[in-house]
Amino acid sequence: MSLNIIMSLVAVVVLGAIAFVGGSVPGLQSVFGIWIPYAAVAVFFLGFAYRIFKWAKSPVPFRIPTTCGQQKSLSWIKQNKIDNPSSTKAVILRMFFEIVTFRSLFRNTKSEIKGDRISYEWEIWLWLAALAFHYSFLAVLFRHLRFFLEPVPYCVKIVETLDSFFQVGLPVVFASGIVLFAAVLYLFARRVMIPQVKYISLIADYFPLFLILGIAGTGLYMRYFLRVDIVAIKTLTMGLVTLKPLIPANVSSMLFVHLFLISTLLVYFPFSKLMHMGGVFLSPTRNMANNSRMKRHINPWNPDLEFVTYEKYENDFREKMIEAGLPVEKES
Amino acid sequence: MNDKIKIIAGLAIFVLIFTCPFWINGGKAKDVPKPVLSEKALAAKTCVLPKDEMAKNHMQLLDGWRNSVVRNEQRVYIIKDANGIEKEYDMSLSNTCLACHTNKAEFCDKCHEYASVNPYCWDCHVDPNVKEASL
Repeated sequence: MSLNIIMSLVAVVVLGAIAFVGGSVPGLQSVFGIWIPYAAVAVFFLGFAYRIFKWAKSPVPFRIPTTCGQQKSLSWIKQNKIDNPSSTKAVILRMFFEIVTFRSLFRNTKSEIKGDRISYEWEIWLWLAALAFHYSFLAVLFRHLRFFLEPVPYCVKIVETLDSFFQVGLPVVFASGIVLFAAVLYLFARRVMIPQVKYISLIADYFPLFLILGIAGTGLYMRYFLRVDIVAIKTLTMGLVTLKPLIPANVSSMLFVHLFLISTLLVYFPFSKLMHMGGVFLSPTRNMANNSRMKRHINPWNPDLEFVTYEKYENDFREKMIEAGLPVEKES
Repeated sequence: MNDKIKIIAGLAIFVLIFTCPFWINGGKAKDVPKPVLSEKALAAKTCVLPKDEMAKNHMQLLDGWRNSVVRNEQRVYIIKDANGIEKEYDMSLSNTCLACHTNKAEFCDKCHEYASVNPYCWDCHVDPNVKEASL
């Protein structure tokens, strides 16, 4: 095991332990249940906005889309409109499929040495696991609205019903929670088991994985094994979102671990690779139309220089050029 | 610039969506529901399991009862109470649970609705205390 894995794991375990101890001490419950979550939400939004504005300020004077198909050309050559968009409409379509279906990840390949030659193979598993991870996370996040809204809206109930479609056990098993946990485990296993991926993996890669594993794990543990007092928890969360925070009695200290790990994730989010959530919208290699041959893009901070013809240049430097033995077009 | 307006609009939408619990509730939280015990339940003083265990495990108890009745045809639940005396219960949601907890709305639904727990008990079972079936 590499030091990066151990350090990240230790960090998450220590954070969880701090919250577990803090959540067991009545005086500290308001710190872990109220003030840290509030501060984390504030840092999340401010940090998110800061990163977005920083990116928005970066100049992108030229069209630099990565093109993955035939560009717009002569009328009898078929253009690949999504992979090489030339209009805003096509760009929106391309961005939509990128964000909703991770189209560029779908093209993932792996390279292997087979015999004496290298071969590239289409590798679908990362894409599948990424889809499973992101969509189950979204479902879990959306289902959590039941703790933050009163009355619980109908759309949340529909998602709950679909999520518990198989009606396994009581409390009924939500598929999304299980899929989320399994997908994170797969993404971790993949990182460790493929030597090339392991070689380039850093703490910044392992830490969020363990953090999300911790969040999902404590959530599953509370729901299916501890079976915590859900009404007490909703009292706490409703207090938070109505700005009348309170710590009800009978709140499990495991909830404080769950909350503290989420707060950590929120604080960590804007300053880490997780910002791809906002960044994907601002990727210049995806969100620009490839119209360089139709439209002239002028660098806005080009200096305003006088246009000099070669004729004028030679007139200015003719004598020096002749002196240096350089060829000239006119002798005088 | 043109793009800045788009970016700020996008950021505003993001913040609006992710802060929705703050503004949808409008700063008002409903009173926290508490299950109301019927007079019959109050008089009985004790449930199948001690109160804390019932609060925590009632769903698993009922799930176990259902499997026992439906799959094994075993309808009698025997358990020792606090004094070590064996007690027998008919494993029946409608005839045992609801016989004592006569007010389903006040005892079951209140908390379930608050926490958006939608048990599918009532897909099959009826509340015997409601006389008129809505068919």
